[in-house]
Amino acid sequence: MTEANAISIQNLTKRFGHFTAVDHLSLEVPVGQVFGFLGANGSGKTTTIRMLTGSLTPSSGKAYVLGANVAKRVAEVRRRIGYMSQKFSLFEDMTVEENLRFYGGVYNLDPDEFAARREYILDMADLRGRESELTANLSVGWRQRLALGAATIHSPELLFLDEPTSGVDPLARRRFWDLLYELAKTGVTLFVTTHYMDEASHCNRLAFINSGRLVAEGTPNELRAQHNGATLEEIFTKLSTN
Amino acid sequence: MDQLAIASTDRPLVKHFRAVVAVAGISLEVSPGTVFGLVGPDGAGKSTLIRMLATVLAPDSGDALIFGNSLVRDTEEVSARMGYMPQRFSMYPDLTITENVNFFARLRGVKKAERKERSAKLLEQMGLTPFAKRFAARLSGGMKQKLMLASVLMHEPDLLLLDEPTTGVDPVSRREFWEVIARLRADGKTIVVATPYMDEAERCDQLAFIDAGRITRQGTPAEIKAMVEGTLLSVLTTDPHETATVLRDARIAGVSSGHIFGDEVRILAKDSALAGERVREALHQAGIPYELNAINMDMESAFAVLAETAPVQEAADA
Repeated sequence: MTEANAISIQNLTKRFGHFTAVDHLSLEVPVGQVFGFLGANGSGKTTTIRMLTGSLTPSSGKAYVLGANVAKRVAEVRRRIGYMSQKFSLFEDMTVEENLRFYGGVYNLDPDEFAARREYILDMADLRGRESELTANLSVGWRQRLALGAATIHSPELLFLDEPTSGVDPLARRRFWDLLYELAKTGVTLFVTTHYMDEASHCNRLAFINSGRLVAEGTPNELRAQHNGATLEEIFTKLSTN
Repeated sequence: MDQLAIASTDRPLVKHFRAVVAVAGISLEVSPGTVFGLVGPDGAGKSTLIRMLATVLAPDSGDALIFGNSLVRDTEEVSARMGYMPQRFSMYPDLTITENVNFFARLRGVKKAERKERSAKLLEQMGLTPFAKRFAARLSGGMKQKLMLASVLMHEPDLLLLDEPTTGVDPVSRREFWEVIARLRADGKTIVVATPYMDEAERCDQLAFIDAGRITRQGTPAEIKAMVEGTLLSVLTTDPHETATVLRDARIAGVSSGHIFGDEVRILAKDSALAGERVREALHQAGIPYELNAINMDMESAFAVLAETAPVQEAADA
C-alpha cells in the first residue's frame, strides 16, 4: 500500500502532570521528504519523536506513521522506522562489526539480508577495514556514520534523527549531510531535528514548534518570504521567544 | 605590559593515550581579558589540551605558565585562579540550581557570606533567578549550561576554560550564553573556549586551529580566513544538490571544496574568472538556472578548507 504521508498527526498532546510538553500538534510529512523539525531546547521536539516511535503514549490525539496508527500497530511501525539520536546508541566496548551484528539481530535480519546490508553500510560509512576496531576508538565523525548504519540496517522507510550532528565538527557535519541526501534519494523519508540553521535550510520542509505548539510551517523559502526575507536564524529567534 | 593569562615555556605540552598522540606539542600564549577560541576537527586534541590547562590531566611532558605559575609545579595556585567547564553536564540532577552552585563553591572554599552574595549576583546575570529552586535534572539545555558557568564562576576565577559549552544548545540560548561571555570579557576575565560552531569562532579575539594534536594556524578570525587561498564563489540555485553533483562531475581545474550552504553551492576557486566561466558552461549544459557571485570568505568554508589541507597524522586521527 502506498501512502502519501509518511507521518500524519492530529491534535497530538502529551502532558506530564500539569506540564503540557506537546499541545494539540497537527502535522503531515509527505513520503520521501527531508523534514526539519525545529524549536528551542525544551519545546517538545523529543517528546513528539518519542510518541511517533511508540516509546511514549500520547495523552490525546492521533499519530499515523507510514499509514499505521502508532497506538495500535506499534510493532509494525517499529519494524519500518529507524531512529538515531545525538547520543548514538552504540556499544562503545564492542567493535564496529559487533555493533552491526547486534542491530542486525535486534531487527531479526536473516544471514543473507544481514550480509548485504553490512556490505552496503561499510561502504556508505567509509568503515571498510575498520570492522574489528573498538567503537570507543573511532572519532566522532566515524561513530556518527556507524550509528547511522546501525539505525538503517533494516532498511527503514522513515528515519528519525534527533540532533544527529550535535557537537560534530563542520567538515564531519557536511559529510554526514551528504550521506543523508544519498539516503533521501533512495526514497527514505527523514524527520530531523537540528539546532544548525544551515542544516535546516537543506530540508524540503520545516516545522517550528514553541511550547509544544506548531507556530510555523513551510519550505525554507516560504518561511523566509513570510518573514520579509529574514534568515532562518532570525525566524527561529522570533518564533522561539514569542 | 600585563602578565599573560597563559604563557608558553620552552617545553610544549604533550599527552599520549597509549599509542594515540592526543596533544603532540602545543605552546599557547593568551592575553588577559581576551576570548581565545580553539577550533579543529573532532579528535584533534582540543579537549585534552583544555583538560591539561585545567590541571585535571597531567601532561606527559611540557609545561605552561598560568598567570606566571607553572601548570605542573604550582597546580594549587593555578587551580585557584581558574574555572573549568567540562563538555558533559556535571551538576547533580537531584539538587536545585542554588544547591548545586553552593555545593561547588564550598568545594572551592568560598565562605558562606560570599556564597550567598555571589550566587545571587551570578544567577541574576544568567537569568536563572526565577528557577533557583528547580532541580538541575529539569532544566533545558541552555539553562544547564548557564548553571555550569555560574558554578564555575563562584570562586571568581580570572581564567575560564570552556569545553564546547554550547553543544546541543538552541540558537537563542547560544546567543544568550555568548552575551554572558562578552560581559565576562568586559569584566577582565580571560576565556579559552573550544567550539564546533563557526559563528562562535567569529566572536573570538584569537583563534587557534588545532589538527592532529598541534596548532596548525593561529590568528584573529579575519587572519585565519585570509589564510585560505583563492576566491569563494556562490552559486545560488533552486536545486543545490543537483548543482553540486554537476559541478563535482565537471571536475573544474583549480576548484575545490564544493559544498551546499542552504540554497547555495559554495566553491573555492584559485582563479575566479576562469572557474566562473567553466561553472557557467557546466550549469548551462545541464540546464540549471543559477546566479553566480564572488563572496567574502566565511569561517565555515575556511574551516573546511583548513581541515582538508592541514597535515593529517594517522595516529591522532582516531
